[in-house]
Amino acid sequence: MPEKLMKYSDAVKEFDPVFGLETHVELCTQTKLFCPAHEEFGAEPNTELTPVSLGLPGSLPVVNKTAVDFAIKLGLALHCQINEWSQFARKNYFYPDMPRDYQISQFDKPTNGNGYLDIELDDGTPFRVPIERAHIEDDAGKNTHVGGADGRIEGADHSLVDYNRAGVPLIEIVTKPVEGGGDRVPEIADAYMRAIRDIVRALGISHGRMEQGNMRADVNISLRKKGETKLGTRSETKNVNTFRGIKKTLQYEIRRQAAILDEGGEILQETRHWDEATQTTAGGRVKSDANDYRYFPDPDLVMLHITQDHIDEIAKTMPEMPREHRARLQKEWKLSDLEMRDIINADALDLVEETVKDGATAAGARKWWLGEISRVANERSLSLEELPITPADVAEVEKLVADGKLNDKLAKQTVTGVLAGEGTPDEVVKKHGYQVVSDDGALDKAIDEALAANPDVAEKLKSGNMKPMGAIIGAVMRATHGQADAKAVSALVIKKMKG
Amino acid sequence: MSAANENELVKLNAAQMAEKIRNKEVSSRELVDAELDVINAAEPELHAFLHVSADEARAQADEFDKKNAAGETEGLPELAGVPIAIKDMIVTKGIPTTAASKILEGWVPPYDATVIKKLKAAGMPLLGKTNLDEFAQGSSTEHSAFGPTHNPWDTERVPGGSGGGSASAVAAFEAPLALGTDTGGSIRQPGSLTGTVGVKPTYGGVSRFGAIAMASSLDQIGPVSRNVLDSALLQEVIGGHDVRDSTSIPMDVPPIAKAAREGYKRDLKGVRVGLVKQLSGDGYQPGVEARFNEAVKLLQDMGAEVVEVDCPHFDYALAAYYIIMPSEVSSNLARYDGMRYGLRVMPPEGVPQTAANMMAYTREAGFGDEVKRRIILGIYALSAGYYDAWYGSAQKVRTLIIDDFNKAFEKADVLVAPTSPTTAFKFGEKMNDPLTMYMSDVATIPANMAGTPAMSIPAGLSDDGLPVGFQFMAPQKHDEQMYKPAAALEAALEEQWGGPIWQSLKTPWLGDNANAAK
Repeated sequence: MPEKLMKYSDAVKEFDPVFGLETHVELCTQTKLFCPAHEEFGAEPNTELTPVSLGLPGSLPVVNKTAVDFAIKLGLALHCQINEWSQFARKNYFYPDMPRDYQISQFDKPTNGNGYLDIELDDGTPFRVPIERAHIEDDAGKNTHVGGADGRIEGADHSLVDYNRAGVPLIEIVTKPVEGGGDRVPEIADAYMRAIRDIVRALGISHGRMEQGNMRADVNISLRKKGETKLGTRSETKNVNTFRGIKKTLQYEIRRQAAILDEGGEILQETRHWDEATQTTAGGRVKSDANDYRYFPDPDLVMLHITQDHIDEIAKTMPEMPREHRARLQKEWKLSDLEMRDIINADALDLVEETVKDGATAAGARKWWLGEISRVANERSLSLEELPITPADVAEVEKLVADGKLNDKLAKQTVTGVLAGEGTPDEVVKKHGYQVVSDDGALDKAIDEALAANPDVAEKLKSGNMKPMGAIIGAVMRATHGQADAKAVSALVIKKMKG
Repeated sequence: MSAANENELVKLNAAQMAEKIRNKEVSSRELVDAELDVINAAEPELHAFLHVSADEARAQADEFDKKNAAGETEGLPELAGVPIAIKDMIVTKGIPTTAASKILEGWVPPYDATVIKKLKAAGMPLLGKTNLDEFAQGSSTEHSAFGPTHNPWDTERVPGGSGGGSASAVAAFEAPLALGTDTGGSIRQPGSLTGTVGVKPTYGGVSRFGAIAMASSLDQIGPVSRNVLDSALLQEVIGGHDVRDSTSIPMDVPPIAKAAREGYKRDLKGVRVGLVKQLSGDGYQPGVEARFNEAVKLLQDMGAEVVEVDCPHFDYALAAYYIIMPSEVSSNLARYDGMRYGLRVMPPEGVPQTAANMMAYTREAGFGDEVKRRIILGIYALSAGYYDAWYGSAQKVRTLIIDDFNKAFEKADVLVAPTSPTTAFKFGEKMNDPLTMYMSDVATIPANMAGTPAMSIPAGLSDDGLPVGFQFMAPQKHDEQMYKPAAALEAALEEQWGGPIWQSLKTPWLGDNANAAK
């Protein structure tokens, strides 16, 4: 039975949503958090294992120092308090994908506490998200449920476990309850997640690709009557792994909870999951029945001691943060605030930057990524990065145009060819024989024919009225199958008329 | 080699065997064969071993002998070529490792514990895996899922536990050396009950990598031998820093063999020996107390200054231990869930065939009662709402025990106490009374709680004709401070008894009942 929903605009008029995100970021260290096993995305199941990552009897964890340094970097970027002493704790629960049946995480002594992240919404509105902590923990393996309808455990015939991911280092960034977002809560969450993604990429501590599972979030949200200060009961939607999903989860939960509260009902404190197919959240286990994790300090690991000297050392290696980076690029590229925001909102900043690096102008790169390529991405419901075109390709097309080898129309056709998987721009151009007709002889002939076919137009042009020039250019284009350079045609016509 | 010669050979101490190997009077292979013969003869009586790795041991011995003949053993430890038995709590690549539990029956580890790697590098053949209480939980080996080990001094009695297999094997000449693990006394208490030497080194002094975890903050691998020097030499082989164990101390093994040799000179002038007030008197069997007091007198005679030290929080050590140990056990033993290795029991028909049910049925069938008792205790102690009252308080007690040790070591260089309140008890005597069983470790637990090194050496026989153990405890990272007086006492006692106490042991499995006491 579908759940009752309140109209979003009504819900946020009546209620004040407060949300929180627990974001898991998979670190791109060479080896796992507690052992020298390697993990590669897409590796054969159960091949990236050591006695430690499989939790074999007698095996012991040893902390990966790089993972700790990565955590410190993130702590610095999020303005966190980096604790001199932090401690790993065992989170005990039985689950088939947990090789030890406990997760090694941090509990009351996380490496990073108390910080914040300043973000910008699509229209440039600034917002500060308060951070509670960013702690280090290891990931579990992956279950695959076989024989069920939609890959869920319900109705499955059997399940397979791949422990490759078990022991991969994660940082869990936990926000404080984020208040004051009002009707813009989903946008704020979205901007925050993108900012985190940009930061972890800039720091080089994670690939930050949601589609590969490098990032996922648990989305907490509660509503309270406008004017109230006490937090309402929250729901927690687990493991949402797309930006869109996070936004939609918040929108949906605001509408669902508002409908319940509006009728005088109570929100169940529960764990839910986001269903991409139905675009709804569905209830899972009720939180009060949830596991008692029996946290206690892991006796196999000594406390982490992080000295100020070490923090200072790492601080020296910090790269430019995304916000400063953007400000610098905007200046270099001479773009307006709006133009820059368009690029950022389209998730195209890295691509445009890369394209510029490959030799294109900022305006040219921007035009392609936000224009034709975005249109195709939309059409195919893919991210720009998932399309079969690279910044180098775009730069190459731009170069061909700049060199006068392609006109705008041919350039667009070339990009279409690349997007269709026909190869690099060079290959596409060769395959279709795209080529600007710059041979004056060939153009001359086409122009003469066009003028002859349109004597009235020719007359006007001759008398100095250039308005009907378009008709001649159009005819020449048709005659040359679009391979003429409009500017060149126009120049030749003028020359002829004058002559 | 004749049986008589073999019997003489197996009764040698490890250091003596090693010397004969070096002098090419005997080969490692001959020693291994001799020990395997004893094992074959004694096992029906004792059941000290869960698995005898005869083929592997012979192959290792042959390899060593080849090297020895070629003069390629330069730089190897003094014990090179001497065979050893391993408590089945330590993982051995390619050799079944069970922790004496049905849940691990048939599991063959794909890797070696760090201590095993070191033994192999030292050319010391592994004779096999010795019996223990399941997951090292118990004080008698009666909790082994594969049947108990018998005490060679009286086969109707327990050898102590959990490391009863290693202790019995060494006492009965099935092996000159063994490794044990000591969480609350599992090396020392069996040492006491079988008349062997058992050492728990400083916590972090020997790598735990590959020691199946019982209670990680308390577990420590250590040597079992028939004399003090042999334990010192063995600890030097297995000790030292290991990057694969985060709790391993980054320091070299203290000069313990040197300290033991020093001790044999029987000069203890300048050594302050502290009698722990809380570890004597009530609850100690009269025969145990008598041997203990005589031994203290011997230490004094050798020049030691004897002082009494007060460790008031030792009275709470056993109670706090039975919070911390089960808490860690409950978490460490979670991984035995039927998913990846060892036993798997599917739910019976009619019960949903889910992973959770499979885990439950596997653990129900795979664990024995004592293990289940401790898992339940631990889960309770760590539960939300109880954590601070139980685990939190126990950790505070632990800190106070460490303080007690620190204060005591201001007054004394080494502390002494009887190792176990009683001599070996009969099978079944304490099985239905866990609390009485737990009391067996009352004197050994404080050292585990504080991470200090401690060892038990034989102090003669009680009136009942059974061995009594004498315990030394030294400050953390200063294991040498116990080895010296322990060696001195051993030498003094041997003089008093006319030889090592094992001379009084009847060994029908050696076919030489003439092994009469003086």
